[in-house]
Amino acid sequence: MMGCWILNEGLSVILVLSWLGVNFYLFIDTFCWYEKEESFHYTRVILGSTLAWARASALCLNFNCMLILIPISRNLISFIRGTSICCRGPWRRQLDKNLKFHKLVAYGIAVNAAIHVVAHFFNLERYHWSQSEEAEGLLAALSKLGNTPNESYLNPVRTFPANTATELLRTIAGVTGLVISLALVLILTSSTEFIRQVSYELFWYIHHVFIVFFLSLAIHGTGRIVRGQTQDSLSLHNVTFCSDHYAEWQTAAQCPVPQFSGKEPSAWKWVLGPVVLYACERIIRFWRSQQEVVITKVISHPSGVLELHMKKRGFKMAPGQYILMQCPAISSLEWHPFTLTSAPQEDFFSVHIRAAGDWTAALLEAFGAGGQALQEPWSLPRLAVDGPFGAALTDVFHYPVSVCIAAGIGVTPFAALLKSIWYKCSETQTPLKLSKVYFYWICRDARAFEWFADLLLSLETRMSEQGKTHFLSYHIFLTGWDENQAVHIALHWDENTDVITGLKQKTFYGRPNWNNEFRQIAYNHPSSSIGVFFCGPKALSKTLQRMCRFYSSADPRGVHFYYNKESF
Amino acid sequence: MGQIEWAMWANEQALASGLILITGGIVATAGHFTQWYFGAYSIVAGVFVCLLEYPRGKRKKGSTMERCGQKYMTAVVKLFGPLTRNYYIRAILHLLLSVPAGFLLATILGTACLAIASGIYLLCKFLPPAERAASPGCAPSSVCAGFCVYLPRAAVRGEQWTPIEPKPRERPHVGGTIKQPPSNPPPRPPAEARKKPSEEAEAAEGPSAGPQDNPIPVTDEIV
Repeated sequence: MMGCWILNEGLSVILVLSWLGVNFYLFIDTFCWYEKEESFHYTRVILGSTLAWARASALCLNFNCMLILIPISRNLISFIRGTSICCRGPWRRQLDKNLKFHKLVAYGIAVNAAIHVVAHFFNLERYHWSQSEEAEGLLAALSKLGNTPNESYLNPVRTFPANTATELLRTIAGVTGLVISLALVLILTSSTEFIRQVSYELFWYIHHVFIVFFLSLAIHGTGRIVRGQTQDSLSLHNVTFCSDHYAEWQTAAQCPVPQFSGKEPSAWKWVLGPVVLYACERIIRFWRSQQEVVITKVISHPSGVLELHMKKRGFKMAPGQYILMQCPAISSLEWHPFTLTSAPQEDFFSVHIRAAGDWTAALLEAFGAGGQALQEPWSLPRLAVDGPFGAALTDVFHYPVSVCIAAGIGVTPFAALLKSIWYKCSETQTPLKLSKVYFYWICRDARAFEWFADLLLSLETRMSEQGKTHFLSYHIFLTGWDENQAVHIALHWDENTDVITGLKQKTFYGRPNWNNEFRQIAYNHPSSSIGVFFCGPKALSKTLQRMCRFYSSADPRGVHFYYNKESF
Repeated sequence: MGQIEWAMWANEQALASGLILITGGIVATAGHFTQWYFGAYSIVAGVFVCLLEYPRGKRKKGSTMERCGQKYMTAVVKLFGPLTRNYYIRAILHLLLSVPAGFLLATILGTACLAIASGIYLLCKFLPPAERAASPGCAPSSVCAGFCVYLPRAAVRGEQWTPIEPKPRERPHVGGTIKQPPSNPPPRPPAEARKKPSEEAEAAEGPSAGPQDNPIPVTDEIV
């Protein structure tokens, strides 16, 4: 399905190439301008081409710093996703890749910062050297400019100190540059994948150093250290002629002393918009966190899973979306994502929480999941909810046949989906385009998800009540078992219901043979378009994509599998 | 905040500082800056810091992702024993290494980054008292716990660098889970009287009879 891949991935590739293209264009354009511009002729005499390198990378830095705050304004992205009816299909999927784009822009900032810093090291070194006694000729003449009262200086290093490092620390640009670089290094080292896995809190808290980064960036250019000749001076002082006659500048009328002025700081113009936007984003998040969330039910499942039913005014969700929850009693700064497990047709929204870290463990304890006495409703900790965010799984309803595959913890978005499917089935007014759902659930240990098995059981009964037993066909694959379980299963093999889950459909052991499964589905539905939805580890995602491509027939009237790669 | 493993971040920061020192040093020496010999020092110091920090230490709990090819350096770093294990010593070492590079412009960023890494390593030792076990001879109050850090103790508590070693692979015992069938013919004694009770429920009946050795030992054909 090369066409499918091109449609799915092509837009991402185009967007990345456009971003790269704009970066290169800005870099090269600025580089050429600074290399050729007359007003910087004398500056180039001292600095050479490192001036152009520094300025070009500075412009790219401005561009990227402008872009970096936009992908993480998730309320803005939800807004765009909600309102843009024109943004269907591939464009909507790009909105899900916002974090990848944020990282890409961050790499862009790192690369440009490296170029900028190295170029300015050379610049400062050259400025410094041109003030020494060894500098001669035009270089020395230019450096001496500014010593007499009527002159404006070119060389920001006015004397020949022993050390360029101290000279750096005397300029605003130097100090803020050091602070910015430090902030950038801290943010980058705490954002590596390893640190994010080890300690997400560390990553989140250190990332807030970006405030220091942006403040320093705004003040970075206020020293006006990049100096070029003024326009008035250029009109009086012919650079090409006078640069050879530097000895006569003071005396000859033909070549008056050139006057210089510093470049206006421009970084703030680039970043002001996004900074204001992000500030609004944080205010919105705070405001939403203040909105009241009513906890209507707390269910503690035996496998250490807490189910919370909540209500919030004006909350609308779609299956597959997630919310961010905050519990001020545990931590006032942390928001944690949880996939919604209730259907949109229900009058509450629910999440299932498992203890997977210190925040979730504390939450479970606060809600009395440890098996203590019943909690009174007024003693439960207050929760704040932001969202819902993320892509919805509603594409399932656009296909006549849908195959949903969940591996391990990836089963949670499908809980909402299956419930939603059942509700839509029950609505006899609107006939559904969707006529068959295959659901595959692969997990190592069903005990962790026995709440989901309960859901399947209730769906099974409700479907059979409605006479729609063949609508949903689910297959559970357990990939981990011990010998006791194996013996137990072998003993109860011939019974009607499955011994582990209690469902009518038997559990399979081991991993599914996808070739067989896809072949069977393709055989059952010879001329349909089949949507495949997956949530789980990447390796399996690749396998499924391959299966989709392999079992889709070349005949346009034949069966076609469409792999929907969603990021949950 | 208590569960943050600062040492892991300190390690990343120190590695990054090493790379920045090397870069700054190369810029200074290649560009023949004034006092470029600081640049040469910076390259050496940067390489040393990178080699020291490249092998990632083992996390206190949970699995640690190894860096690519780190096992060779792990062996070398392990040789130095407490010098590399103790984060105090690492902190002081990084601080001392960073000072000379601070005199040169091109390496001043490396200095600052390495100094921060040194600070984070020190911070490992200043973790909140709830994180670490109370040491003997120290009253369990938060004020005292802060001061306890300065007192030298016989046992080094708190975080330290532990190498990630590959677990020795257990050779699977072929046929270890194969249960031999009963070695005596029926009628067989009940489960309590037999040496190895069988797992199947059917094999529990029958009066006792003497044990009989099979003429041919029963083994599993699948190798």
